[in-house]
Amino acid sequence: MPPRGAVPSARRTAASEVSGGDTAGRLVRPFTLTGGRTQPERGDFTLITMVTAAPPPPGGGARLQPEHTRILRLCREPVVVAELATRLDLPVSVVSILLCDLLAAERIVVQPPRAVSRTLDLELLQKVRQGLDRL
Amino acid sequence: MTGSDATLQKVSAPDTVKILIAGGFGVGKTTMVGSVSEIVPLRTEEPLTTAGLGIDDLNGIEEKKATTVALDFGRITVSQDLVLYLFGTPGQQRFWFMWNDLAVGALGAVVLVDVRRPESSFAAIDFFERRKIPFVIGVNGFYGEHPYEPEEIRESLALPEDAQVLLCDARERGSCRDVLIALIDQLIATTARGSHPSPP
Ligand SMILES: Nc1nc2c(ncn2[C@@H]2O[C@H](COP(=O)(O)OP(=O)(O)OP(=O)(O)O)[C@@H](O)[C@H]2O)c(=O)[nH]1
Ligand SMILES: [Mg+2]
Repeated sequence: MPPRGAVPSARRTAASEVSGGDTAGRLVRPFTLTGGRTQPERGDFTLITMVTAAPPPPGGGARLQPEHTRILRLCREPVVVAELATRLDLPVSVVSILLCDLLAAERIVVQPPRAVSRTLDLELLQKVRQGLDRL
Repeated sequence: MTGSDATLQKVSAPDTVKILIAGGFGVGKTTMVGSVSEIVPLRTEEPLTTAGLGIDDLNGIEEKKATTVALDFGRITVSQDLVLYLFGTPGQQRFWFMWNDLAVGALGAVVLVDVRRPESSFAAIDFFERRKIPFVIGVNGFYGEHPYEPEEIRESLALPEDAQVLLCDARERGSCRDVLIALIDQLIATTARGSHPSPP
């Protein structure tokens, strides 16, 4: 087996090419659903952010686009953004923009993932450990 | 990423955490996700243009034509109030700009290595080393064969002595579970050390 250092160009460039790492470069057709917007206005939505439909406002609230209504149907029970995107068969980037609309209209409630820092919380890790043990 | 908006209130949804399954092209990432996930791995497709890619990575991508990058993920319900997601990172180097996004908030990573072509996972190892994201190495023995000892692989990969190298089979649930447990145990050990510093 060749040592890792033996392929310097491959291992040295790849990680540094990982640039800004946001939604730069994404585009086209699905974004017609978002009225051409390609970036969410706010960064509330990670892949594992939980989304739940909020109780409808009195009077039913503003009229929604069909895709928005579809999302509300799919998140009656809490669901993460990545799963929503899969069920909608839409890119996460598009779903995030639609979710921004729904959040602004107070039609959904959002729960960010567990904060993870280098000093992790033991209780959380032990819980994960026990869950894996049961697999 | 978490706003302090009034609309961002706590709801009774489970907490979520994630682990990345990384490594070079075709090392068995999707296979591993599928082996431990309680659901068939789900997939999302993100549209891309060459605008998001490094200049050196344009080979093989037709100019202006929209391409997509697939991201697959699985789920393990840890308890009623905690769900673990596993994300298989896109293997091809030209999609690596997505890794930064994926890495944010991850507990850690499994870097899969195919010993027949370990160099395909070098960049993944570098990625996590540089960002100080905890990881373990899973050596996926294709056809169940493991021609090298973990120690040989650790040396060859220029990994520190305390780096965990585990022989595994990405097709076997139990084997993948053990790799994940090794990662979590490593995190537990680090965390316990951090909160109870050893006396001087
Ligand atoms: N024999 C054998 N085949 C495997 C094993 N792991 C994966 N494969 C096969 O190898 C191929 C690639 O595996 P994937 O799981 O798709 O690899 P990947 O890392 O997700 O690939 P990319 O996402 O394209 O980078 C598939 O045809 C798998 O069925 C293994 O342990 N043994
Ligand atoms: Mg894959």
